[in-house]
Amino acid sequence: MKTSKDIAELLDEPACEHNKKEKSGCAKPKPGSTAGGCAFDGAQIALLPIADVAHLVHGSIACAGSSWDNRGTRSSGSQLYQIGMTTDLTEQDVIMGRSEKRLFHSIKQAIDSYNPPAVFVYNTCVPALVGDDINAICKSAAERYGVPVIPIDCAGFYGTKNLGNRIAGDAMVNHVIGTREPQPQPQHPNYKIHDVNLIGEYNIAGEFWQVLPLLDEMGLRVLCTLSGDARFHEVQTMHRAEVNMMVCSKAMVNVARKLQKEYGTPWFEGSFYGISDTSQALRDFAKNLNDADLVERTEKIIAREEVRIHAALEPWKARLKGKRVLLFTGGVKSWSVISALQDLGMVVVATGTKKSTEEDKARIRELMGEEAMMIEDGSPKALLKCVRDYNVDILIAGGRNMYTALKAKIPFLDINQEREFGYEGYQGMLELVRQLSLTIESPVWEAVRAPAPWKSTSPPPPFEGGRLTREVNHG
Amino acid sequence: MAEIIKRNKALSVNPLKASQPVGGTLATLGFDRAMPMLHGSQGCTAFAKVFFVRHFREPIPLQTTAMDQSSSVMGADENVIEGIKAIAEKSNPTLIVVLTTGLAETQGADVHRNLKEFREQYPQFDHIAVVMVNTPDFTGCVETGYAATVYEIIKVLVPNASEAGTKPNNRPRQVNVLVSPMLTSGDLEALRDTIEQFNLRPVFVPNISDSLDGSLTEDDFSPVTIGGTPISELKTLGDATATLVIGASLQKSGELLYEKTGVPTYQFDHLYGLQASDDLILTLANISQQPVPERIERQRSQLQDAMLDTHFMLGQLRVAIAADPDQLNAFSHLLTGMGAEIVAAVTTAHTPVLANMPVKQIKIGDLEDLELLAKEHKAQLLIGNSHAVASAERLGIPILRAGFPLYDLIGGYQKTWVGYRGSRQALFDLANLVINFAHEEIEVYHSIYSQKFDAAQHHACSPSCH
Repeated sequence: MKTSKDIAELLDEPACEHNKKEKSGCAKPKPGSTAGGCAFDGAQIALLPIADVAHLVHGSIACAGSSWDNRGTRSSGSQLYQIGMTTDLTEQDVIMGRSEKRLFHSIKQAIDSYNPPAVFVYNTCVPALVGDDINAICKSAAERYGVPVIPIDCAGFYGTKNLGNRIAGDAMVNHVIGTREPQPQPQHPNYKIHDVNLIGEYNIAGEFWQVLPLLDEMGLRVLCTLSGDARFHEVQTMHRAEVNMMVCSKAMVNVARKLQKEYGTPWFEGSFYGISDTSQALRDFAKNLNDADLVERTEKIIAREEVRIHAALEPWKARLKGKRVLLFTGGVKSWSVISALQDLGMVVVATGTKKSTEEDKARIRELMGEEAMMIEDGSPKALLKCVRDYNVDILIAGGRNMYTALKAKIPFLDINQEREFGYEGYQGMLELVRQLSLTIESPVWEAVRAPAPWKSTSPPPPFEGGRLTREVNHG
Repeated sequence: MAEIIKRNKALSVNPLKASQPVGGTLATLGFDRAMPMLHGSQGCTAFAKVFFVRHFREPIPLQTTAMDQSSSVMGADENVIEGIKAIAEKSNPTLIVVLTTGLAETQGADVHRNLKEFREQYPQFDHIAVVMVNTPDFTGCVETGYAATVYEIIKVLVPNASEAGTKPNNRPRQVNVLVSPMLTSGDLEALRDTIEQFNLRPVFVPNISDSLDGSLTEDDFSPVTIGGTPISELKTLGDATATLVIGASLQKSGELLYEKTGVPTYQFDHLYGLQASDDLILTLANISQQPVPERIERQRSQLQDAMLDTHFMLGQLRVAIAADPDQLNAFSHLLTGMGAEIVAAVTTAHTPVLANMPVKQIKIGDLEDLELLAKEHKAQLLIGNSHAVASAERLGIPILRAGFPLYDLIGGYQKTWVGYRGSRQALFDLANLVINFAHEEIEVYHSIYSQKFDAAQHHACSPSCH
């Protein structure tokens, strides 16, 4: 079990703007009024996309049983990450102190059955509480079986999902990164190749594959995306990057900060959602790499791609113009999506800012004007009230609000990690408009909002004798 | 307004259509102690029998006039008379339906005259109803053959009100329900349940849910149908409080029944989806003068919820459908009501219902046409019978099995599609077929600088493709 000192250290994240504020994303959860996941949830979500690793959850069934295989992340090769593994501790294990033994055998079984390059062991509440020493078990299992076994000590009661993300990042920095060197850098006749990392890129629905070809074209070798479509040995080489990009969320900002501290790697924040942000991210790579030739080539790529995508989006704009959006995002930066929607001629009437920093809020005001409606309260009730007050056409939010919106018969777009569609990069905008128009234009809204015909205010036509044959036209 | 494209090629490849005699047989099998007899060569019957045996997984009573070479040339009147007599003697049926085939019609058979001759020769069988129907297979399809048979049975066996003294609403709880072949035995059971919730008693004409629902009986063998609409019941149709006609193909039959009985008649083109089900429930509430039961209102809101849940998968989905006209119409309304687009619609015969379908174009054609259209318009889902499975495989898209025949889907004959509950399940089934792979997956991209080295050993295959 982590000591409270360990946890306090993790909570102190100097690279996070929230760090000094009272209202931090890592604040203590309030009993009775808390939504959102635990530290285990956060750690597992952060690392599960590493495709070839055996992800083994040490705990009773509630932890893995209700969380495995629920992500939309995609792999280009190994599919091992989709196999759910847990020690599924029993009452006897807990009472008789057999859970460590079971874990040791579980690691062996995972290695024997699936031959992974590494095993990640996620600690959960029950074994943390009964005092299983997972660091020691992992160490001796690694020695016995000759496979790296990485302890991720992330019991749920340590804190929030956000803390879990940091625990995960911390485990990578402490146990994995820097344990292997990358292949020699390839040469290109016309320009220099640079090594880079992306941190916090999860390749949801394969969306990063819409961006990666552009990075290839720029001559950027991605050593690792932590953690979408990553491999264990890629994570091992992350210390050799020349620059790190923090994608969208600050969840694993500790990784970027520690890599800067230990290896001097500069890092920048960016997003691939929306046209302007995608372009900006590509520019920032070039700028941070101090390569004038790269800057020039990057601008050419951006110019070409922007012309192409604007042309492709043109026919959709007419369909979406003037539609009113309520945006309530979690990890994805609100302002990033706002500009994407405004590009389409849509009106963002309000946005959630629960996780936004002051800097984010300033940008939101810049984009939406001073009267920008910012929603701090993300409860379903507050969202629905806002939808009605502002005559909203569509709610864009994470999946957990989806069914609230549907029950209220409001068109909805899911932009959370469980979604099945990729919106990243220039190409992602096309999928976004397709999904937006799919739900906004759907005929089901009218059908479900209308009262049952026998409940309508006008009385039903009286039953009369005689011939009532009629064509029922279901237009 | 749909544009209807007629057949424009010589060869029919992978036919969608089954014959009118097959449809007439199906209608006949929905009457109690009935025996259909195809007036044609033995093969006509053998094929039709296999068709239904595979679909229903039940023994199917079906006879033949067994026209041979000489009777085909010299006249087969005797075959018809002998055939009826043999069935009447051996099987003790209450109804014999003689359905003509292409062979008999081409030959110029006059089965109605044959029946007169039979009655003259064998008065001892006067208690057995015999109905003759012209169902050549060179025109129409299952649906039209079925409709023609229902029409003839009403014409012959339902007495005119003036003669029989029937009067609408003499039986205030009775509702006649004429049902199209798109309704399965499961549909009929669901419909019975719904109607009974309004304290009404449905009389289905015909009723395959009582004969081909797959129940086991005491007798181990019966040469005739073991259930279905009793012929005696047909005499009471004129006393009913209302008639519901389900399926556009039965409109003419409904009109005939109305002319004969004067019972108020309500026409429904289909019962798929919210609006169609609303129409039915509203009508039942009016007929029965009863409020809509809470259970039904609950099912209605469950369907609405399912519509919301599934519109993400079904919205803008490009669907190809191959079905007889009534069912094509039903699916088209169900799917376009969910925001899907019917990019390929192939059907078997030109009937009036096609004109008002929410589809740009309808092809009267075969499964090859379906395949080509589906390919051209990049269909993402196919709806069709078991024969269309191979088409779906070649197209690489999922298929929802519906229609006739369903030989590779156990229990397909009793799947419920109609009403709030049936529609809800249909939406779930449709959405489940496409949830994982109808939408365009982002193509896997391997970086030219990739150090993953494992792309070759693992096939990127989602669990759904197993």
